Amino acid sequence: MPLQLDIVTPEKTIFSDMVEHVYLPGADGEMGVLPQHAGLVTALKPGELRYAIKGKEHFLAIGSGFAEVNHSRVVVLTDSALGEAEIDEAAAEEAIKRAQQKLSTADSNLDPDEAAFLQNIIEKSAAAIQFKRKKH
Amino acid sequence: MANLRDIRRRIKSVKNTAQITRAMQLVAAAKMKKAQDQALAGRDYSKQLSSVLQDISEGYSDATHPLLEIREGARELVLVISTDKGLCGAINTNLARIVRAKSTPATDFVTCGRKLRVMLEKLGSTIIADFSAKDPIVFAEARSIANLLSKKFLDGDYDRVSIAYNRFVNTMSQVPEIVQLLPVVPPTGASEKADETHEFIFEPSPSDVLSAILPLYINYRVFQALVEARASEHSARMVAMKSATDNAKKFIKELTLEYNKLRQGAITSELLEITTAMKAME
Repeated sequence: MPLQLDIVTPEKTIFSDMVEHVYLPGADGEMGVLPQHAGLVTALKPGELRYAIKGKEHFLAIGSGFAEVNHSRVVVLTDSALGEAEIDEAAAEEAIKRAQQKLSTADSNLDPDEAAFLQNIIEKSAAAIQFKRKKH
Repeated sequence: MANLRDIRRRIKSVKNTAQITRAMQLVAAAKMKKAQDQALAGRDYSKQLSSVLQDISEGYSDATHPLLEIREGARELVLVISTDKGLCGAINTNLARIVRAKSTPATDFVTCGRKLRVMLEKLGSTIIADFSAKDPIVFAEARSIANLLSKKFLDGDYDRVSIAYNRFVNTMSQVPEIVQLLPVVPPTGASEKADETHEFIFEPSPSDVLSAILPLYINYRVFQALVEARASEHSARMVAMKSATDNAKKFIKELTLEYNKLRQGAITSELLEITTAMKAME
């Protein structure tokens, strides 16, 4: 019995299909999900998401978000999800640099949400770069 | 022949108007496409977020969080999302009508968009903050609005927070709507997945998940409302400008017909004068 996987970002639905298993970058470490998994809601941290279709593994670099697991369905809500081809290493590094600069120049009067947002960009971009490098 | 000249002048001015409304129609159409795409693309995410929240509230019924707390009281805060500019049909008027029908003297407002801010100021309502949204909508703006709203609610200044906006249905139709934002009412509905369990494991813990997902949910509700309102605005403007252009074209046609009739009449009477004069000279 396959597993229905939906990966949704605010911009669009990235992926919606049947898969055999999924590995999610959970907040407490990577977790694998097979069909008939117990109901689960977990926070995700930026990292690598893997899923298999017909024995072939596919990879995506995702941002932070949530995943909900139900017997036959996995819903991943994240702020970004990129395949290997979509990751622009230079742009990601640039994003890290910009965010770090913003964090360091305005540390005193930055509201905590904005800081968290910038921190999130840094982590997300770092995860994407790491993911891309690993594939080479 | 002052009449002829008058008509010519009118045709010219109507033509100019038609040109302007047509240009505005084209601009609105281009913006509308983008805004509609944004509004429709965000719906999936909002829907999934709602359904996750629903599952959590059903699977973990003793969920408590300050943002879920239902309080007795009538102090209400309404975020009113209108447009900055006019010439967009009746959407602001329609929204104003339901806002006025639903509000009490104890209702305060946060506005986004100039049109209804001006109206509420005239009515003497209390406006505690005013935002302006860029085009296209940036998520950071929605977040700062959502932050203010949650803060006011958590501080106990208000017992309820709602959003009034025009929900986008399609290009021809937008529905003014007031929805409750805070306290968050976990969406309930005919659960299509009745056969599935509502027993959930939470990682790291139920309260952690809840306190992370609720602000996200509020941010996205505000964001989605802004985006939908923007799509409604551009659609309504496109339609309004299109009908204005059509009207102007119809008017030009009528005026041209009138002008030609008059011109023909003038020529006829001139000819008549000449022939009469020739006849008289014979």
